[in-house]
Amino acid sequence: MSAAYKLTHLEQLEAESIYIMREVVAERENPVLMYSIGKDSSVLLHLAKKAFYPGKLPFPLLHVDTTWKFRDMIAFRDRLATKGEFNLIVYTNEEGRDSDVNPFDYDADTYTQIMKTDALKTALDKYEFDAAFGGARRDEEKSRAKERVFSLRDKYHQWDPSNQRPELWNIYNSNIRKDEEIRVFPLSNWTELDVWQYIYQQGIDIVPLYFAKERPVVRRRGTWILVDDERMRLEPDESPEMRMVRFRTLGCYPLSGAIESNASTLPEIIHEMLVADTSERQGRLIDHDTAASMETKKQEGYF
Amino acid sequence: MMGQPAVAESQLKLPLARALERDVPDIEYINDYLVENERTELLKFLTCGSVDDGKSTLIGRLLYDSNKVYEDHLNALIRDSRRLGHNSDDLEFALLADGLKAEQEQGITIDVAYRYFATSSRKYIIADCPGHSQYTKNMATGASNCELAVILIDAQNGVLDQTRRHSLIVSLLGISQVVVAINKMDLVDYNERIYERIREEYLDFSKDLGFAQTSFVPVAAKFGENVVHHSTNMDWYAGDTIIELLEQAPVRADQRFDQFCMTVQRVHHPSEDFRGYSGTITKGVLRPGDRVVVLPSGHETHVERIVTMDGDLETSFAPQAVTVMVSDKLSINRGDTLVSPSYTPRVSDVFLANVVWMAEKPLVAKKTYLFKMGARQVTGQVSEFVHRLNVNTQAHESCEQLDANEIGLARIQLQRPVVFEDYVDDRTMGSFIVIDRISNETVGAGMICDHAATETGAA
Repeated sequence: MSAAYKLTHLEQLEAESIYIMREVVAERENPVLMYSIGKDSSVLLHLAKKAFYPGKLPFPLLHVDTTWKFRDMIAFRDRLATKGEFNLIVYTNEEGRDSDVNPFDYDADTYTQIMKTDALKTALDKYEFDAAFGGARRDEEKSRAKERVFSLRDKYHQWDPSNQRPELWNIYNSNIRKDEEIRVFPLSNWTELDVWQYIYQQGIDIVPLYFAKERPVVRRRGTWILVDDERMRLEPDESPEMRMVRFRTLGCYPLSGAIESNASTLPEIIHEMLVADTSERQGRLIDHDTAASMETKKQEGYF
Repeated sequence: MMGQPAVAESQLKLPLARALERDVPDIEYINDYLVENERTELLKFLTCGSVDDGKSTLIGRLLYDSNKVYEDHLNALIRDSRRLGHNSDDLEFALLADGLKAEQEQGITIDVAYRYFATSSRKYIIADCPGHSQYTKNMATGASNCELAVILIDAQNGVLDQTRRHSLIVSLLGISQVVVAINKMDLVDYNERIYERIREEYLDFSKDLGFAQTSFVPVAAKFGENVVHHSTNMDWYAGDTIIELLEQAPVRADQRFDQFCMTVQRVHHPSEDFRGYSGTITKGVLRPGDRVVVLPSGHETHVERIVTMDGDLETSFAPQAVTVMVSDKLSINRGDTLVSPSYTPRVSDVFLANVVWMAEKPLVAKKTYLFKMGARQVTGQVSEFVHRLNVNTQAHESCEQLDANEIGLARIQLQRPVVFEDYVDDRTMGSFIVIDRISNETVGAGMICDHAATETGAA
């Protein structure tokens, strides 16, 4: 009889994530969901709807718009927001925008620091959020593998990896001082395959850029960069060509590499993923700039 | 685009292996694979040992030899190995596991890291726990969610205080399956007698720790011997490799379905006509119409609906996350526990518990802390210490306080009653963390063992 009362692997992950989200809402006064429009954010949003059904989401979504996101991402975000299921806050570093901080004139680190990290920190302060959900997974990158599910940030939004709170069983400590915040990662135990399989199984809507299509791209630093709008600056020897490509991760288009692929359906993507020899983050140019760069960014307050 | 498979084909499930043979993906096979993949069991285990025992190397090997290292991670490994003075034939496998800069520079693991890999039959989460004594808190963290422990011993050193301490924590945190990896056999000429001596010493000291299963494997992690592949240098060992033992280990199956239990995480009242109680079922089965008792108040009511976004459920069970609506207007709050009438956990404001202390400032009696159990945060204090556990001899010693990394049996007095069980009977109902009210730090972890009150006569 007990065999019938068994959850599948994905159902267990789903239950665990819902538990985490409910715990935050029960204990913190002003949580927010850091919404990046990527596939992990889409899964996070879906889980949040499940956790608080039949109510509306008890927290807003925050999108830090660097103004260099793919056009498809912004269209997807705005379409979703019109459904009225959640409140969306879009925040841009206006000083950076006014000064034309862009990924061409600034190196990736500086650009990311100003338009993404600083913007996020300012937004968190402005709205006085005391807890922020993120879609990071521990299987993505080595320093993330050491981060807690409930991860304390000091008043400068910085992470101290050498002084993390012990985290035992599923008893989470969200107690903080007024000027601190908790970053919460409900997808910590999910793998990339789990995420794709869940999207497939639940029919979760994701940005079309994840599916292969002929797109205008240029070869740059060993990867394909999409010429997404007229602001794209081409090197003298570059000329856009049409290629069947798709993206494994999404960010700012001049910094996000596409892979050549014919996978235009979810099963095809999953198939491709299972035979892939390159892990997910390789397409992101920002991670290669310095050794242990992600750890440094996190210490500074990046996702 | 199609490179080498990330997982060796021999380790893939059959439908996927067949699907991958085709250039054009075969949707039917992928779907078959996904269905099987979902049913795959998950085993969470931890690895622990003293500094330089080679934990990270062992994990690097598990990932590398089961082909779960992606090419760009491998390139980073070669780059990092060179940076630290190794050539590319002599990869420093530990670098696959040591993620923080300080760890790579010091060559030690500082913090618990979680690793994910899968074979044809199982998914695994590894909690890689550091060996320094001052990092015992991380070991307890890693052990709290695991079902099996891989304990490393350096064959050159044999059983050390750290080995004893780690084994004791593993035992206290309710892990009953242990795999002892006697590593660096290459540095003791693959000597069987050394292996046997360590094995006997370990069995002797661990006999009272309550392990249901203790296995031993002679290993040379650096060369992958007896990790995934069998060693050719130790023909005298006919037993299983580490991965073979992991594949066979029983996954927790002690769930009971005749008693229902769910702690209310959140009162869900989004509109005038909806009031439900959200929580995760930790035990048993619940159906609409079932009678439930609210603890600690003792009030009874009936279940009207079990609400989820995928529709109301006719049957729900652990560990589903649900929202329960009941037929009576009762005062039910976060932290209250809904149980079937036949299930009678203890309700009290006093209990005995083994406490692992994790803060620099010692745990002292009569000082007020926050105790978080499930969804309850209750203030309370240690009213007295019964004893401190000597982690080397397992002897009970009298004590006035617990210093960092010490473990002791203490009587806890809370300011209001809570619902609990002994940790050995129910990990969820028998565990708590201790939070410092001023720093907000998690300073301790507790495992309730109230039966000790009657056994030791300490009541």
